[in-house]
Amino acid sequence: MKTFATRVEEERPYLLRYASLQLRDRHAAEDCVQETLVAALAGEASFGGRSNLRTWLTGILKHKIVDAIRRKSRDPEPLPETAEFDALFDETGHWGEPPTAWPESSLEQKQFFAVLEKCLAGLPAKTAQAFMMREHMGFETDEICKELAVTPTHCWVLLYRARMALKECLQTNWFRK
Amino acid sequence: MKLTCKEASRLVSQGLDRRLGPWDWLRLRLHLAICDACAAFTRQMEFLRRAIQRLD
Repeated sequence: MKTFATRVEEERPYLLRYASLQLRDRHAAEDCVQETLVAALAGEASFGGRSNLRTWLTGILKHKIVDAIRRKSRDPEPLPETAEFDALFDETGHWGEPPTAWPESSLEQKQFFAVLEKCLAGLPAKTAQAFMMREHMGFETDEICKELAVTPTHCWVLLYRARMALKECLQTNWFRK
Repeated sequence: MKLTCKEASRLVSQGLDRRLGPWDWLRLRLHLAICDACAAFTRQMEFLRRAIQRLD
């Protein structure tokens, strides 16, 4: 007997094709499908086996697609906002302080790793979790999204945020010394 | 077509997590070819990845 989660997951390719057809944007489609699957798992009780699973999921997906289209028409920006790093760039989008070359020899120094751990500890919890799942445990982003119940776009933002924050922290506390 | 450094930095990060679409990939390659700062940023991100993998 397959679990509800497995049966839902098996519909992913169908739903992705459906959403891609509507949105003609692979990432927006993935986001919609992810939101649908998360909503479906949370709403297992309301399904209750009363209709065809695919029909039920497609019903949820349609709402997500409509939301996505609405968001898209409101917001022409193709990449999500990460306003907290605006200060690193000037108004034309160039680096305020251009990144420097980081000497490889730091990787041989114990103190460097102590600083790195301090920097990691300073990240917001979910950001750190996503980043460590990706870089330390080697998960693929779709697995991370599923575990953290966030959309792929949100996932990339978390990872970007982590990398930028760590870069700044290491630059200030290690490479500038 | 042209990327700003800010946009390029996002694509560099995303490129570590997924295959970029051909359009973004091309735009990023063109930007990195002429922008030393973003090329250095890319090396920093690769450095960061190696550093985290050595963490135990």
